[in-house]
Amino acid sequence: MDEKKYFTRMGDGSIVYMTETEIRADIEEGVADAVLRGKIDPITEEEKEHLYKIVTAPGSIVGVEPGKQVVLTNDSGAYKINVKSQIPIPKEMETLIYERCLGCDSVDVGNTDYNYKTAKGVAKREASALKQALNVTTMPLFYGAMTNLGFYTKPDGPVDNWAVLLPDGKIKEAMAAQEEAVEHAVRDVVFVAEQMYDVGADGFQLDTSGAAGDADFLAALRACEEITKKFPGMGVEIGMAGEFVLGMHGRLKYDGKRLAGLYPHDQVKLAEKAGASIFGAVVNTNCNKSFPWNIARVCTFIKACTNVAKIPVHANVGMGVCGVPMVEMMPSDMISRADKALVEIGKIDGF
Amino acid sequence: MGGVRTAGDLVLRMQLAKKMKITEAKEYVAAKLGVTLEELHDVVTMTELREDRGLGLAHVEPCAEENNGIAAKFRIAKALDIEINSVERFKERAGM
Repeated sequence: MDEKKYFTRMGDGSIVYMTETEIRADIEEGVADAVLRGKIDPITEEEKEHLYKIVTAPGSIVGVEPGKQVVLTNDSGAYKINVKSQIPIPKEMETLIYERCLGCDSVDVGNTDYNYKTAKGVAKREASALKQALNVTTMPLFYGAMTNLGFYTKPDGPVDNWAVLLPDGKIKEAMAAQEEAVEHAVRDVVFVAEQMYDVGADGFQLDTSGAAGDADFLAALRACEEITKKFPGMGVEIGMAGEFVLGMHGRLKYDGKRLAGLYPHDQVKLAEKAGASIFGAVVNTNCNKSFPWNIARVCTFIKACTNVAKIPVHANVGMGVCGVPMVEMMPSDMISRADKALVEIGKIDGF
Repeated sequence: MGGVRTAGDLVLRMQLAKKMKITEAKEYVAAKLGVTLEELHDVVTMTELREDRGLGLAHVEPCAEENNGIAAKFRIAKALDIEINSVERFKERAGM
């Protein structure tokens, strides 16, 4: 008789059926990949067994054990309904839907062009919308956007484009351009933070940090440091762009630590030093590998991160990160399995 | 955790305000509200408690005592013994 095959998915979301032997082999490989890249400990044999049971659990949607529920923060929350779902309502009204209809623990209000360079120009108008929302909602509200250092390059921004300079061999010029962009970005982020603090924001989201590489991550850390010193009543969440900080500059350091090449368990220590209240960890999904491979790798990285973290860690579980397939419309079968694994094996504090 | 349906918003406030990890934050909120951890996750228990103490709800029978938004946050700040930025700024603007 043929060995039983279980429904699961690939990292690109496509359906695949795998045998117990294949699933267990992929779990082993996923763990080994994280151990090799991150120089971290593997998850235990018991945790691998638990992960196998989560992957093969009957039922479309699975859930955590009672009492293990965690809280939720997010990014670009206040345009998921009006922009992404095309339901034309103002973002301050969206916050009420998140609170009263969807049962969210928090949401962020942000500009649909989700970056601080754009938000700066309309910061007082953005703050006004946030203020209206804060008056009628009960749950914590964040203001959120991306540092997005790439927006500071010519022709739209003030500094030379390092992605153009680097292929031309202009290494020093590319490094200088990134250093200059950091100064612009920190100034913009802190300016926006002040407007949001003044209207009562509970939290400030530095989303997709490191998207443009190590200089981008540095800008987020420095902005966080400044914001938490100036506005101690407003917690900051630093959410990452990827599992690994790209060395677009290569020599940038924060608190003496080189940023290029850091994985989540090192990133979180710098977020702590910068004064962040919450760290949003990311592990990339490999589209060519199975869900068991991806989630085993994710749990290994995330457990290493939560083991050393002194602040709450919220795993990013959006499209293409932390075991979630790289698709626009999320399959709840894999999302719920990723969530359960992250809580029960990764020991996360939130999503 | 279900936000205002249970106590997810309150637990998250402790993560933001005091950088508490999930277990510590839940234990803190449960102790302040005088409930068990099981009750903290329970929508029935927490709806009654939140209604009685005016801490904000997801779903209400319309009445004068209905408490949500800034009014609820005044009470949450007191119940959890924390400062809430929107409450502090509201007081400032209102000259309180």
